[in-house]
Amino acid sequence: MTSIPESGPASVHASHGVHDHQFDDAAQQQEAATLGMWLFLATEVLFFGGLFTGYTVYRSAYPNAFGEASRHLDIVLGTVNTGVLLLSSFSMAMAVQSAQLGKRWRLLGFLTSTAVLGAVFLAIKFTEYVHKFHEHLVPGSQFVFAGPESPHAQLFFSFYFAMTGLHALHMIIGLAMLVVLMMMTLANRFGPEYHTPVETIGLYWHFVDIVWVFLFPLLYLVSR
Amino acid sequence: MTHADVPENYLTASWGWRSWLLTRDHKRIALLYLISITLFFIVGGFFALLIRLELLTPAGDLVQAETYNKLFTMHGLIMIFFFLIPSIPSVLGNFLIPLMIGARDLAFPRLNLLSWYIYIIGGVFTLAAVVTGGVDTGWTFYTPYSSTYANSNVILTALGVFITGFSSILTGLNFIVTIHKMRAPGLTWFRLPLFVWAHYATSLIMVLGTPVLAISITLILLERAFHIGIFDPKLGGDPLLFQHLFWFYSHPAVYIMILPGMGVVSEIVTCYSRKKIFGYTFVALSSLAIAALGFMVWGHHMFVSGQSPFAGMVFSMLSFLVAIPSGIKVFNWTATLYKGSISFDAPMLYALGFIGLFTIGGLTGLFLATLAVDVHVHDTYFVIAHFHYIMVGGAVMAYFGGIHFWWPKITGRLYPEVWARIAALIVFIGFNLTFFPQFLLGYLGMPRRYHAYPEEFQVWNVMSTAGASILGLGYLIPIIYLLWSLRYGRVATANPWNAMGLEWETPSPPPETNFAATPIVKEEAYSYDIHT
Amino acid sequence: MFTELPFWPQEASTVAGSVDVLTIFLVIVAFSFSFLILLLILYFSFRYRRRPGLAATPVPTRLSLEVLWTAVPLGLTAVMFTWGSGLYMHNQQDPPGAMNIYVVGKQWMWTVEHLEGRREIGELHVPAGRPVKLILASQDVIHDLFIPAFRIKQDVVPGRYTTLWFEATRIGSYRLVCAQYCGTRHSGMIGNVVVMEPQDYQTWLANGADDPPAKSGERLFHTFSCAGCHELQASQKGPPLIGMYGKSVRMESGETVAFDDAYIRESILDPNEKVVEGYRPIMPTFRNQLNEDEIIQMIAYIRSLGTGDAKP
Repeated sequence: MTSIPESGPASVHASHGVHDHQFDDAAQQQEAATLGMWLFLATEVLFFGGLFTGYTVYRSAYPNAFGEASRHLDIVLGTVNTGVLLLSSFSMAMAVQSAQLGKRWRLLGFLTSTAVLGAVFLAIKFTEYVHKFHEHLVPGSQFVFAGPESPHAQLFFSFYFAMTGLHALHMIIGLAMLVVLMMMTLANRFGPEYHTPVETIGLYWHFVDIVWVFLFPLLYLVSR
Repeated sequence: MTHADVPENYLTASWGWRSWLLTRDHKRIALLYLISITLFFIVGGFFALLIRLELLTPAGDLVQAETYNKLFTMHGLIMIFFFLIPSIPSVLGNFLIPLMIGARDLAFPRLNLLSWYIYIIGGVFTLAAVVTGGVDTGWTFYTPYSSTYANSNVILTALGVFITGFSSILTGLNFIVTIHKMRAPGLTWFRLPLFVWAHYATSLIMVLGTPVLAISITLILLERAFHIGIFDPKLGGDPLLFQHLFWFYSHPAVYIMILPGMGVVSEIVTCYSRKKIFGYTFVALSSLAIAALGFMVWGHHMFVSGQSPFAGMVFSMLSFLVAIPSGIKVFNWTATLYKGSISFDAPMLYALGFIGLFTIGGLTGLFLATLAVDVHVHDTYFVIAHFHYIMVGGAVMAYFGGIHFWWPKITGRLYPEVWARIAALIVFIGFNLTFFPQFLLGYLGMPRRYHAYPEEFQVWNVMSTAGASILGLGYLIPIIYLLWSLRYGRVATANPWNAMGLEWETPSPPPETNFAATPIVKEEAYSYDIHT
Repeated sequence: MFTELPFWPQEASTVAGSVDVLTIFLVIVAFSFSFLILLLILYFSFRYRRRPGLAATPVPTRLSLEVLWTAVPLGLTAVMFTWGSGLYMHNQQDPPGAMNIYVVGKQWMWTVEHLEGRREIGELHVPAGRPVKLILASQDVIHDLFIPAFRIKQDVVPGRYTTLWFEATRIGSYRLVCAQYCGTRHSGMIGNVVVMEPQDYQTWLANGADDPPAKSGERLFHTFSCAGCHELQASQKGPPLIGMYGKSVRMESGETVAFDDAYIRESILDPNEKVVEGYRPIMPTFRNQLNEDEIIQMIAYIRSLGTGDAKP
């Protein structure tokens, strides 16, 4: 069997066409990163899927309780948040395009607006959580729900907090990654030939958005 | 060869704690895993020893009931999550996959190291739970016992398992990307070693199944911490929801535990028969079939749980179907022996033992898939015997076989062949003596997780415990001589077995970047017919 | 010791024999395939052992063989599936004319309530030759009632009723165990099924000192003021209960529900999950006031008020 001689000493960091030592070239590294992110998103689908399954089981068992409980959610804030996230996904897509075109300041601008919108989302979510706390709708010993549906309504709110909480955690991680991207942009690490992290984190951001697109009708629009 | 003559390899390339604990070399990470899982194997084995000692007598007299419940729980948790699931993939898979495909490392070396650290942190949480009072829910954590009633370290243990799950997910993700994107020129999918196919299928399960375990455990943690009633009927919850979520992962998990072993067996059987595998395509695709079907059969753990009979029938039928690809492998391995030139080195003994014992274990799975029979043997020692035949008679034997087969590659030393064959035979005998009587005990009606039993069952229990001590000895011997060989074993050449495969085309131990030059592949796997 | 090596459990029910026949078929298949593989491995290992001058001969893959060892196992497993599910579905059907006995599993004991009035702990007296249907409830965690000699088993799940039927064929005493890990004294949650001649069973029943559950249930009915709304006849506040057991009832939601044990239990614990048509959801819950035994007594009482035309 013949072989291809190695091209040179291993490279330690990856930017501007240079690649990590285990890859043959920058293209292979970029493909690997993208496939890796898609696989990771597949695991996230299964992760959230477990919660969605549990939610579906109980919603079909207790439709009345879930309907009543859902009406206690703030549909205005929820709708605003949906709009905010969709806008942030658009902004993220524009960021990716800016990276592909090598437009450094546009990239920075769109990354910033994505992050700002993400922060707005989290602020609104936090406000909703605070409201729920004051209304004694946080599951646990302080939970109070008028009417005979109380234990089943608590189930609804358990899933509400678990699902939106898990989603919010993913948003926070996404925000942190956006900040890292912004720093990398400032350090001029991206260009048309290399902007893989922008694309892969863009994928992640779109995914987190899609999860919300499912969460919103399932939780907020049960009985409206 | 003197010490000065040893060429630089991945072991000698750098020194010191940091070069190991902060390594990105897949080979060193494999060794980090090797040491950790061996330690967990010893802990889990120790619990098994105590269990079998208790079961020597019909009365529950060695340990208290609560202690016994903790023993079998922790034996199961440690063996499954901290030994079986990582063993072959994280040790042999990590070491060999880049070598077998002609790559310099996995796709994501830093993620690989992170996997190990996550595994260790999860292990620390779980061991902390063990030493601060233990956990007694059974490794299956059924609710509402685990979520509401248990008085043991459920949260700590559940956190440990939750954390370790991510190690599995990252390893699987790494393997999939590596196999897709980093094969050497000429190495098409159907020229891959079957070890790689097996790990690819395993990785699919790791990546898609483990997140559901994570959610199941998250829900238990939430319920235990906040009493929110997800699984508590008194608050409107459904205990069966937990079982569905739990088994959705935990059934495919058993295929995570066995598929890599099947990959190992394919490598060994071909080498020691000096032949191509019979039915390469069928063996390769059967791994994928097992992975896919494996996701559809979880309800066979719930035939008597209160699940609908019609659901039971669907799961029963699918459970029969998932047995077929395993049978295809067994027949193909056996056919590979035909007209071969067979030698019986220790790895081959382990591989042949695997084929026999896995066959028995798999066939007894058919009893469990058969609805009317499962009603009788569910939750009895029949089930315990079934899964130990597969996990211990199968997976552990394959693991030991693989460790021996690739020991020279990994360490640059040969193990002592005579002792290795003796140990393999001791393991085989001890294993059967331990677990065959348990089939009888199960059909007779001895439930699992019992530490006291009717007097007439004592004979089989004594036989089983006697077997377990022999089995333990069989495991101890290799640990001793393998350690011995590191210093005193004969130095190995690049290819002491004259085996086919890219990993044998590089020195033993390999250099840090695996290959001096990227290999180009021009022939099928196991081309023993072309090369003598 | 060796003269009494136990290999096979007793058969003491009508289904035990058919389960055993199926098992033996599986044993034969399993042994055959195991021996086949074992013999092939031994034979090939010997015949093709490595010898100087004898090289391996390449053997091309034969599709016909692959098809053979896919199709034959498929066929055999199809037989196992059909036989096993057929037997299972048959065993799942409650036999007509079965007598009902209520069993409550709790950490770590079994209590048995015979409708005629005897209560037992850890023992279940039944007549031979008559189908018995057990209605199983759990007070706390998941348990499992397993009677090896009968080849039957059923999880006992908190929050619902599960059922298990058998017809005992031999007089004697047979072990009964909990087969779902339930905590500290799981291994101690055992007992006996005592199978008696029918006349002996009747005698035994009559000799009980306990009140029949229906009587206890009637006492509870008044203690908890159920009569205040239900008044046994139609009233404005609560739907009627006389002559209702076994009937079908229409709910506010439009669905029709059978007035059975599970429905009664749910009505006591989660009264507003299903509201009878024409009534308002005003019934309070008795969840923390009645345990599973007491609910069974209430059910027994309501049963005693007469059954509807539909089969129970």
